[in-house]
Amino acid sequence: MSNREQHEQSHSSAKKKTMSRRQFLSYTLGGAGAFMVGGVALPMIRFAIDPVLQKKTGGTFVKVAQESEITTEPKEFKYQIHQVDGWYESDPVRTAWIARDQNGVIFALSPICKHLGCTVNWNTHNDNQYFCPCHEAKYSIDGKNLKVAPAPLDEYEVELRDGWVYLGPVKPNSRV
Amino acid sequence: MFKAIYNWIDERLDITPMWRDVADHEVPEHVNPAHHFSAFVYCFGGLTFFITVIQILSGMFLTMYYVPDIINAYASVDYLQHKVAFGAIVRGMHHWGASLVIVMMFLHTLRVFFTGAYKHPREMNWVVGMLIFFVMLGLGFTGYLLPWDNKAYFATQVGIQIAESVPYIGPFIAELLRGGDIVGAQTLTRFFAIHVFFLPGALLALLAVHFIMIRRQGISGPL
Ligand code: HEM
Ligand code: FES
Repeated sequence: MSNREQHEQSHSSAKKKTMSRRQFLSYTLGGAGAFMVGGVALPMIRFAIDPVLQKKTGGTFVKVAQESEITTEPKEFKYQIHQVDGWYESDPVRTAWIARDQNGVIFALSPICKHLGCTVNWNTHNDNQYFCPCHEAKYSIDGKNLKVAPAPLDEYEVELRDGWVYLGPVKPNSRV
Repeated sequence: MFKAIYNWIDERLDITPMWRDVADHEVPEHVNPAHHFSAFVYCFGGLTFFITVIQILSGMFLTMYYVPDIINAYASVDYLQHKVAFGAIVRGMHHWGASLVIVMMFLHTLRVFFTGAYKHPREMNWVVGMLIFFVMLGLGFTGYLLPWDNKAYFATQVGIQIAESVPYIGPFIAELLRGGDIVGAQTLTRFFAIHVFFLPGALLALLAVHFIMIRRQGISGPL
C-alpha cells in the first residue's frame, strides 16, 4: 500500500466517525454555555423556592384547657402558639371552640369562617349554632356549614394528656 | 450652544440616524386627532406608557423611604405620606397611577380590538400585549401588599387563596408566593422584590418588544 492510499483510506473511514470542526465547536460552546447558564440560574432558583422545600416542623401541641372544664356546650378558649416566620418569631393568640359530643369525645373547632375568613361565635341567636356576623353564615355544633359558607369549620387536632386538653395544627373537619 | 454640542457629538458618533429611526416618522392622518377628533382613541397606548413611566419613577422615589419589613413597613409608609414634603403627592402618583394604568391599558385594548388591529400580521403583538397585561396585574397585586395595613394583608390573603384554587399545583403556587405557610415577613420581602425588580424588568423587556414590532409593522390602516 502506498502512502497516499493509506492516507485516503484513513481519511474516508474517519469521515464516518468524527464530527466536523464546526459541529465540535458548536457542541463545546453549547455545553460550556449551558454549564454557565445553569451555574448562574440553579443557585438562584433553589434560593427562591427554599421556603417550599424546608422541612415542616410538624405542628407542636399546646396545653389549652382542663378536661373537666369541657362540657357538651362549646366554650371559647384562647391560647398562645409560638410562631416562627423566617427571622421573625412571635406568640400570636389562637382561639378554639371546644366541646364534647354525645359520646364524650372532646373536639375543637377553629372560629375562622369558611366563607371569607371572619370570626364566628357560638349561640349568638340562642339557636345552638355558630354564627358569622359578616355575611350571616351558620354552622351546626359539629361545624357543618348550614348557610352561606361553602365548607365546614376547620378542626384542631386534639390530644389528651394527664387530664389536660392539648391542641395541635388545624385539619379539615372530620365530623361532618 | 446646544446646536454646537450636538454637532460636535454628531460629527464623532453619527447619532442623527439613531434618533431619526426612533422618532422621525409620519403619523398617518387616520390616527391624528387634529384631522379626525375621534382618532383620540389611538392615544391610549401612549397614555398607558406615559403612566407606566410615572409608576416607575414614583416607585423608585418611594423606595428611598419604604422598608419591606413587617415591623416597619406601615410606619415607613405613614412617615413618607405625612412627614416627607410632597409625600402625599408622590405616593398619590403611585397609588392613583396604579389604577389609571389599568384603565388606560384596558381602553387601549378596546381600541385594538374594535379597529381589528390584532389581525394578520400583528397577531404576535396582541400576544405580547396580553403578557404585558398580566405583568401589570402582577405589579398591582404585589404592590398592594407593601403598605402592610389590614386592607393589604387581607387582599393578599384572598388573592393567594384564589391562586391556591388552581388544580393540582395550586397549593404549591400559594406556598411559593407566601414564602412559607402564612402571609408574613417572608411574604412581604418576596412581594417587594417581585414588585420592584422582577416584574418591572419583565415589563420593560416586553414593552421593548411591543414597540419594536410596532415600528417594524407600522400602525394599522384606517377602518
Ligand atoms: C406599572 C408599574 C407599577 C404598578 C402598577 C404599581 C402598583 C403599586 C400599587 C397598587 C401599590 C400600593 C399603593 C398604595 O397602597 O398606596 C404600590 C406600592 C409601591 N410600589 Fe409600585 N407599582 C409599579 C411600579 C413600581 C416600581 C417600578 C417600583 C420601584 C422601583 C415600585 C415601588 C413601590 C413601593 C416602594 C411601594 C410601597 C409604597 C406605598 O405603598 O405607597 N412600584 N405599587
Ligand atoms: S365571612 Fe363569615 S359569612 Fe362571610
